[in-house]
Amino acid sequence: MPAVTQTREAVEKLGQSTYKWGFETDIEMDMAPKGLNEDIIRLISSRKEEPEWMLEWRLAAYKTWQAMTEPKWAKVAYPPIDYQDAHYYAAPRKKPGPKSLDEVDPELLRTYEKLGIPLHEQALLAGVEVPEGERMPVAVDAVFDSVSVATTFRKTLEEAGVIFCPISEAVKEHPDLVRKYLGTVVPAGDNFFSALNSAVFTDGSFVYVPKGVRCPMELSTYFRINAKNTGQFERTLIVVEEGASVSYLEGCTAPMRDENQLHAAVVELVAMDDASIKYSTVQNWYPGDENGRGGIYNFVTKRGACRGARSKISWTQVETGSAITWKYPSCILQGEGSVGEFYSVAVTNNHQQADTGTKMIHLGRNTRSTIIAKTISAGRSDSTYRGLVRVQPKASGARNFTQCDSLLIGDQCGAHTVPYIESRNMNARIEHEATTSKISEDQLFYCRQRGLSEEDAVGLIVNGFCRDVLKELPMEFAVEAQKLLQISLEGSVG
Amino acid sequence: MSQFLEISGLCARIDADGQEKQILRGVDLSIPPGEVHVIMGPNGSGKSTLSYVLAGREDYEVTAGTATFHGQDLLAMEPEERAAAGLFLAFQSPIELPGVNNANFLRTAVNAVRRARGQDELDAVAFLKMAREAAKALSMAPDMLKRNVNVGFSGGEKKRNEVLQMTLLQPTFAILDETDSGLDVDALRIVAEGVNRLRAPTFSALVITHHQKLLDYLVPDRIHVMARGRIILSGGPELARQIDQEGYTKFLAEVA
Amino acid sequence: MNALSKDMSGPLALFANRLNTLAGPERQAAAGALARTGLPDRKSEAWHYTALRALGKQDYAAPPAQVDDGAVRTLLDGVLCAHPAMAGLPRVVFVNGRHAPAFSALPDDVDLAFFAQAPRFGLQAAPDRDPLVALNTALAEDGLYVRVPAGVDGGHVMLVSLGVAGAEPVSFHPRHTVVVEKEAHLRLICVQAGQGAYFHNPVTDIVVEDGATLEHVTVQTEAAQAISLGTLYAHVGHQSVYDSFVLGLGGQLARHEVHARLGATRGVVHVNGAQRLAGQQVGDITSVITHVASDCTSRQTVRNVLDGHARGVFQGKVLVERIAQKTDGYQMNQALLLSPDAEIDAKPELEIYADDVRCSHGATVGALDDDQLFYLRSRGIPEHEARQILIDAFLDEAIALVTDATAQTFCRAVLAARFAGKGDVA
Repeated sequence: MPAVTQTREAVEKLGQSTYKWGFETDIEMDMAPKGLNEDIIRLISSRKEEPEWMLEWRLAAYKTWQAMTEPKWAKVAYPPIDYQDAHYYAAPRKKPGPKSLDEVDPELLRTYEKLGIPLHEQALLAGVEVPEGERMPVAVDAVFDSVSVATTFRKTLEEAGVIFCPISEAVKEHPDLVRKYLGTVVPAGDNFFSALNSAVFTDGSFVYVPKGVRCPMELSTYFRINAKNTGQFERTLIVVEEGASVSYLEGCTAPMRDENQLHAAVVELVAMDDASIKYSTVQNWYPGDENGRGGIYNFVTKRGACRGARSKISWTQVETGSAITWKYPSCILQGEGSVGEFYSVAVTNNHQQADTGTKMIHLGRNTRSTIIAKTISAGRSDSTYRGLVRVQPKASGARNFTQCDSLLIGDQCGAHTVPYIESRNMNARIEHEATTSKISEDQLFYCRQRGLSEEDAVGLIVNGFCRDVLKELPMEFAVEAQKLLQISLEGSVG
Repeated sequence: MSQFLEISGLCARIDADGQEKQILRGVDLSIPPGEVHVIMGPNGSGKSTLSYVLAGREDYEVTAGTATFHGQDLLAMEPEERAAAGLFLAFQSPIELPGVNNANFLRTAVNAVRRARGQDELDAVAFLKMAREAAKALSMAPDMLKRNVNVGFSGGEKKRNEVLQMTLLQPTFAILDETDSGLDVDALRIVAEGVNRLRAPTFSALVITHHQKLLDYLVPDRIHVMARGRIILSGGPELARQIDQEGYTKFLAEVA
Repeated sequence: MNALSKDMSGPLALFANRLNTLAGPERQAAAGALARTGLPDRKSEAWHYTALRALGKQDYAAPPAQVDDGAVRTLLDGVLCAHPAMAGLPRVVFVNGRHAPAFSALPDDVDLAFFAQAPRFGLQAAPDRDPLVALNTALAEDGLYVRVPAGVDGGHVMLVSLGVAGAEPVSFHPRHTVVVEKEAHLRLICVQAGQGAYFHNPVTDIVVEDGATLEHVTVQTEAAQAISLGTLYAHVGHQSVYDSFVLGLGGQLARHEVHARLGATRGVVHVNGAQRLAGQQVGDITSVITHVASDCTSRQTVRNVLDGHARGVFQGKVLVERIAQKTDGYQMNQALLLSPDAEIDAKPELEIYADDVRCSHGATVGALDDDQLFYLRSRGIPEHEARQILIDAFLDEAIALVTDATAQTFCRAVLAARFAGKGDVA
């Protein structure tokens, strides 16, 4: 039987059993009633004990959202979403700020264990002190449904001057910083989902790295949707001052459910002169079952502003989850000589749909951007790379290089490439290349002749295909990402 | 089973551009252990097809005949099972694997084969030591292990990489499909020495070539001439020299 | 009077007096579709980069019955003089969308007919999917029908479209049909030229039957004030070849839109082009190449040279349907910006549903290469000449793809005549 046939058949067999994060945690929840209106927004704001300005901001965003319509240009199809049929606030019912492991709900700890966060890190999550020598190099903020449940390593970070805390806390404790930057990269009215998020966001992370500070460790957030019929609307804001740098990692999972759940996050990054932000995502929301039932709708707005000269923002994403992904991590290259990067691997299988890519907006002189996007489609999935490179008249000396490669596994899937290239400066140079192919029978046979099983051969070839992106991930995440790729490939061949 | 490779009445065809094309029309060949056999023949006579069919390429459909290897039905095995059983094909045009590191590829292959043979897998250190030595013996630049498999390799580098893989996988039966093509005299000698190092009473080889030069180094036991999908003539080493001087035309005419 | 008049608003009002006098079900249906959709704006993905605002500034009358023969003669001579071989080729001349027999020299080896006598709308261009097709369907008066019988080499046919407008802007909407029957061959050279302010809205329906070949070159040198929005549908049969090229030079707003459909195995489609624009010109080359059969090949190379405040648009979609295994598709769009105010917007697009394919595209945008410029100047070539050499070379690589030698020479001659000594433009 030709390898392709086997591959296709096996991909078709690949069902929900391979989604290892599909468990549900049974925790007593504090939930807002279903529906979205001003009262719900007031409720969210009051639960969060927010200052008045924050509530006003939310209500203004809500008004904007009401006047907007859902975007339809992406190559994704889904039944109409009833925005009144979801809970906009859900939180584990417990005392905030656990002081020791015993105070943390044991169910939560079990959840983290299943998520693969190491045990001593779980202790860290709960804020338990660990001897100096055993410290992990990663600080973790865990967001469970609507709220941040634990943030680790805050002391160490504080000593370095780095603020890493739930954004709900930042609103109260660092209001000046939050007010100064929130919504300045992604204005509330930027798009339908960002407006929704601005109205109802419940938690997320806030990072502030002061001038000249290299953040002493990787910062990491785990997002977990658990409660039924809840949307998750996290909001992340990262501000890195002159000459400072940070590497931020984001991971996400959700239980298996028949109904679709909405995730509409907003991430804003601000980099000042000579600052650098590396933002890495391993997105593994529940993708739905093999018949396309359930799964997360992942409608996310991520944007970074390179405000300072020579600043750099680098997005790396490995997208294997979600029923629908709608996501374009972007860079506004404003500062002279600033650099934007986008490295992406998107894997879709079964009935998943992904429309993802980036926008590189060159405003300043000598700005540079690099886009490397790898798309792998299997099963009956559809995956689109959609990317914009725009060079404005003042961006003399701007450079962009884009490489998009798509790999199809089986003949029931689709892979599409839609770049938009706009240049209004004669001294800019843009290069774009894209290819679409399948795993070549020659390569498969060559590997098998050397003794590799077909599955290993596909794994090897796909990992080679994604190498340019995977090597951009921090070590901890690279391992996780490779495992994830392997899992999506497990059973993708006979 | 006395003969370890036994091919009998082998017929195979390929579906090319929607048309069935019969390429092998009844190949009979047996190779005893420890011997090096050579297949010569004009282009299009089916030599490469024979090597692909023996290695298990799926585009070819075997329509009749048998092939046994160590008494096993070779044709029923998956390509990787054939590799584990000791069959190695040095490709005429080695395949490029972008993004796949050569050392990593070799180690994965070696360990897959070792696993299948019930041997312990090699750790990275032991493997690299072995691979570096083997590469050195083939006069390969050390960085070839770090580069992606065959990507950007010159013709000669690709052929050497094939022989390197053969050395590491330790087959009992190797098919060398025009491994000498595109090699200069020095490279040819190095490649031939690589093959000769494997020679043992338990190792056999089937060498597909057009040139006597390689055979000067390899010293074959039997020469077979293939034409129109069949072995039409077999003889001792002198046959190769005769072909080298006189060409195929005379032999083809005699048989026709 | 019919029911449509009350729906006429926006740009449609410009044609309203003529839409009201339509006869026949096709025209009625097209006018109805148009009334529903209106003309496309930039919210429509297919018109993301090209606005039709320019259309909305003036009323478009039907062309007058009488046209100044002297003006036509001058325009035609301009076309024919570009290259000595052109005068000898059979030609069909349209003036303001109407056949002008006095200026034509009809070919012998092909069947000709005219839309004015026997309207043919063809099956491919659908008014309900494309408002410009709808507008054409509603208002078409004339057009060429050319058929090359099976097995016949039809040689060359020139289709010359001349716009001659006076004080009042006119619009014309010719409907052409080209059928190249089995194993037949045709070399079609379309030339568009004119004077004054007019709106040229041709729709061309092409069928290349099994084993046939159509070499199709369009040289667009419309008048500076003209708006030219042409739409072309081509169906390509088994083992047939549709090899097209457009040279876009004229008009204030010009769009050349090609829909090529590879409907049977082993077809070949080339949709190549080049445009060189300056001033306030907007030039748009848009194509959709659809593979609906296996083992077909499509190739596209488009080069843009943009000067002054000109804006070039390239949109090229290659759609490979699930059934179209073993598709070989390649697409390349390159742009050279010669001035600080020039702009290029490019959207090369792959939409692929078959796995066993080899498809790729590329795009580059940049200025003239400083190293090359320096190299030429270091050999003693003055800067403006060096620039001209590099610009010519850049465009010539696209023109070199024209397989019909006569058409290729013609393209070069037209380009040279238009831009002689204009290399030093920045």
